[in-house]
Amino acid sequence: MAELLAICFKAHEAFPLAGLAAKLGKSFDLLLLTGAVPQGHGAERIFTAELQEIPPADGIGSPLATFSKPYRYIVAASSMQSKDVLGRLAGLLDASMITDVISVDSATQFKRPILAGAVIAVVEVLEFPVVITARTAGFAAPESQPDSPVEAISVAVATMSRLVSRNARSGSRPDLTQARVVVTGGRPLKNSATFESVIGGLADALGGAVGATRAAVDSGIAPNELQVGQTGKIVAPDLYIAAGVSGSTQHMAGIKDSKLIVAINKDPEAPIFEVADLGLVADLFDALPELQKKLTP
Amino acid sequence: MRILVPLKRVVDPYAKVKPLGDGSGLSTQGLKFEINPFDEIAIEESVRLREKLGNTEIIVISIGSPECEEQLRKALAMGADQAILVETTDIFDSPSVADELNAWVLKLEPNLVLMGKQATDDDCNQVGQMLAAKLNWPQATFASKIEVNGSQVLVTRETDTGDEVLQLDLPAVITADLRLNEPRYIALPGIIKARSKPLDCQAPLATPRLRTRILSYCEPPPRIAGQKVDSVDALILAIKARGAL
Repeated sequence: MAELLAICFKAHEAFPLAGLAAKLGKSFDLLLLTGAVPQGHGAERIFTAELQEIPPADGIGSPLATFSKPYRYIVAASSMQSKDVLGRLAGLLDASMITDVISVDSATQFKRPILAGAVIAVVEVLEFPVVITARTAGFAAPESQPDSPVEAISVAVATMSRLVSRNARSGSRPDLTQARVVVTGGRPLKNSATFESVIGGLADALGGAVGATRAAVDSGIAPNELQVGQTGKIVAPDLYIAAGVSGSTQHMAGIKDSKLIVAINKDPEAPIFEVADLGLVADLFDALPELQKKLTP
Repeated sequence: MRILVPLKRVVDPYAKVKPLGDGSGLSTQGLKFEINPFDEIAIEESVRLREKLGNTEIIVISIGSPECEEQLRKALAMGADQAILVETTDIFDSPSVADELNAWVLKLEPNLVLMGKQATDDDCNQVGQMLAAKLNWPQATFASKIEVNGSQVLVTRETDTGDEVLQLDLPAVITADLRLNEPRYIALPGIIKARSKPLDCQAPLATPRLRTRILSYCEPPPRIAGQKVDSVDALILAIKARGAL
């Protein structure tokens, strides 16, 4: 019987969560809340809840708690949604919880960033079960495994808060937290039309996602859900291009796991140059269109 | 209506905090302490709700050392009516904070618990959800807009892909995100003037049951500044040389 339950809000989360289970040396079951069944991760069993959409945390919390009871580790990929739901789940199970795990030291010890990533803490679990949200960038998918048996389960969602409306910004761009390339813009982009054409234009040329600094979001240049940093999205692309971004600690907390950080800023003293792998001191309104033109396939 | 706003005293979120040399703790000597910025947003929102609804009592509560009085006084100056300091030198993790707050909610019977989505020191983002679960109350996390209509509340909350609106029956737990409001500025005279407001020191209602503990602290591996290039062409070559394109 598996000791670990990986709860997937999205199918692709199965792979890094399988990587985490492997680091712990634990076999695992997978609970897929919505979407098409992923295979090849090596779960002992896959349970599918087959939800059309994921209900509010106070509705999904109690059936999840009932389902999770037999497990010692209950794990999900870090996101706003998983923090919302798993925090409730941990409360219902009277469990311990560790948010944003970046590495596994032992079966009871985990590393996680605190203080906007300025410090890493080693946290020890004193009581099981433990509920964990994990930063997926820290965990590689295992080698391809044989298919796992699939079993549909029914989830009796409790009614508490009622979803009145959902405003998901859809588009053709990849998800910020999953993208291979992220192009981020700061306040120098001036307005949302300029932001979209300059930052969005380069992102589209590279097949990447668009991010924004808190300053850009606060000044209405970019929508909230594009914010990258401590209180926004944590990204880990192969290529992160920051244009007109000064590089605050809070912003850096969200991009540290990127493989290659490129900074373009006309201020040679901008702190972002202290951490960027590649820096270009230039006006982004010249450099980005030129980059876009030269990189458009 | 009674609103309970739990608040945490945290090290200045803009200060550079480092681990002690032996990793046993954090070096916070000489640094300023503040109300956790997200809790400050929750306090501000509770004051705005009272301005709109009238007849609202706001109680702020903090668990910790006697120094938390400084942050509670500031909350009183922002407009809270009453403060409770649950004085303790014990260490609390998120579940034990939720346990303690749960006991205070049962005692104080607020209609609404409004608090920050996370503390900027431990970045856990757990207590609001855990408290709502223990109380079996509805929850709305990451709130960016709150409208109270009688016994119901409409909350716009930020999500991974945009936002959504939830309708909750009170009592409920709501956690504040960055864009709920901008807290008012309180000058020192305001804080002194609020000294006449009640601040009670109380013992914890429960003994904290720690489910996790922090063993040590270390610095993350530094990212070393790389190379500066002088043209877009050189940049493209360098990105390609590193296999990122």
